[in-house]
Amino acid sequence: MRYRFGVRVGPVSFRVGSDRRAPVAQLRDLYAGYPAPEVGIADHTVRLEAPRPWRRWLRPQVRVAGDFELPGAVPLPARHALLAAEMAMNLQMALGHRRHLLLHAATVEQGGRALVMTGESGAGKSTLAALLAGAGWRLLGDEFALIAPDTGLAHAFPRPVSLKNESVAAVRTAWPDARFGPELVGTPKGTIRHLVAPADSVARMDEPARPALIVFPRFGVAPDIRPVPPAEAFVRLTEASTNYVALGERGFAALTRLVREVPAVALDYPDGATGMAAVERCWAAL
Amino acid sequence: MLGRAVSDAGLLAGVLADPERAAALDAGSWAAVMAVARAEQLAGTLAHRLAGLPVPEPVARWLADAREAAEQARRTALWEAEMVRRALAPLGCRTVLLKGTAYVAAGLSAGQGRQIGDCDILVPREALPAVEAALIGAGWEWAKPDAYDNAYYRRWMHELPPLIHEGRDRMVDVHHTILPPTARITPDAEALIADAVPLGDGLHVLSPADRIIHAAAHLFADGDLSGGLRNLWDIRCLLDDGAAALEVRAAQHGLGREVTRAMRLAHRVFGAAVPDAYRQARASDAPYLRRLLARDGWGRATRRGTRLGFYVRSHWLRMPPALLARHLWIKWRRGPA
Repeated sequence: MRYRFGVRVGPVSFRVGSDRRAPVAQLRDLYAGYPAPEVGIADHTVRLEAPRPWRRWLRPQVRVAGDFELPGAVPLPARHALLAAEMAMNLQMALGHRRHLLLHAATVEQGGRALVMTGESGAGKSTLAALLAGAGWRLLGDEFALIAPDTGLAHAFPRPVSLKNESVAAVRTAWPDARFGPELVGTPKGTIRHLVAPADSVARMDEPARPALIVFPRFGVAPDIRPVPPAEAFVRLTEASTNYVALGERGFAALTRLVREVPAVALDYPDGATGMAAVERCWAAL
Repeated sequence: MLGRAVSDAGLLAGVLADPERAAALDAGSWAAVMAVARAEQLAGTLAHRLAGLPVPEPVARWLADAREAAEQARRTALWEAEMVRRALAPLGCRTVLLKGTAYVAAGLSAGQGRQIGDCDILVPREALPAVEAALIGAGWEWAKPDAYDNAYYRRWMHELPPLIHEGRDRMVDVHHTILPPTARITPDAEALIADAVPLGDGLHVLSPADRIIHAAAHLFADGDLSGGLRNLWDIRCLLDDGAAALEVRAAQHGLGREVTRAMRLAHRVFGAAVPDAYRQARASDAPYLRRLLARDGWGRATRRGTRLGFYVRSHWLRMPPALLARHLWIKWRRGPA
């Protein structure tokens, strides 16, 4: 493909090919300071290509393509190609990655111990992770927690943090020197902006952490904290995992170990500041 | 040698045929081989072929993942076959596993690392209603509830409309023969079932010759060659396992032309062991070769014209012109699904 980009994020590497220049330039900017794939060979291929030849010029579009694709996925307008690239990378992970148990979760670290926050889209895990990273926690990742089946450790996968709508302003206020990618207006999820992962988080991407607390956050409701017993945590996490079934027995062993060893809480919060304070309180009580 | 003169799909084929060639791959070629292998559902196969050979570290990790994914696919396929066996056991009709599930159940080399999708089975045509009822009773349900599709399958196809299991989300395709009844070639379905080989648990697989004939029929007498490289790899492995009186049996099914083409192309692309008579490609093989290797190093489908030609051909093979016109008319009026 005409324009190419390669990057390694923690234990996973990607090569991205595009028939347009702009998204590759944007990726280079968002991922400045990341290493290249080891010996130039990536785990996953992502393609940003027009769904039909004329869509390169006429109302240009890109589709989310690569080693793994979803049949019937709707193409995005070319101005959202960066979003397509991030979605395609997520898709390769969700459908293709087998070296770790993947949880749809944001993860931050302090003192070698990891805080795993998981919930559906809109639960506020990315925002909380960004706010915590701004307050000195190390960001391990905002999209996937990578749990190694043999050690139980959470491996860092610090991609740029995808923030939506009001959360962009909330993070900017709390963290004035944060760096962002371009503003993507009118996406299927509203306005999206990627927060560049902190330099420390990128520099230490090969340093895993021991999971210490699992949080199930819920945004926009009256504050409440309740413990989640292992059996319930297990069921919730099977739903949050994209490859639990594909890993078979290894996935089962990794997940049962996680919920046995790591306490879990459900955390309802009305706004970012309250949520952060509640997370810090739970963490301090460990 | 492996230069840029061959297509990227050709590069993968060369490594599958002769794993020693992997030693000559540079980083760019590896990326191409891996992307083509993914796109052609040959990642697990590649992993098996390269087992034990020195490869760059990231490739070794990728291959280990592919090997493990294939092992999981094998386990799932065998379990699904067992579920089908239990559902159909009370009927007492002979149930023959086909394609990927058959290869792993019989422990054939074609099953090593193979990606397996649906569970394909062959049963006697007269047993279809009972088989269908038994499967539905055991938790399978219609995957395509559309009335026209349903009627189309029942009237014109060699299989029931696909059934999917409500709990396991796995598809079973129940065949009563190996080509659509509307196709110009009519294989001897009774002979396929009568000569099937028992596996020991009550299930059967096709005889060695019929396995090759089925794979060749599927590749060259049905469909548009999508996934054809994988099917040709199956044929290569099945040929290696050997089959007595293959040509005679192929002629009995009316599939002599397809089987000889399969032998020539499996030799040409993958270096299959075939008799001398089939070691020379024919001019008529050229478009097939072009189509089979129509994939670039980013995993993209290439050669649009060739692909379109084979797509049109697949409909032409399947249906007489009047039926084809009617089918396309109904599909067109209904609009895209």
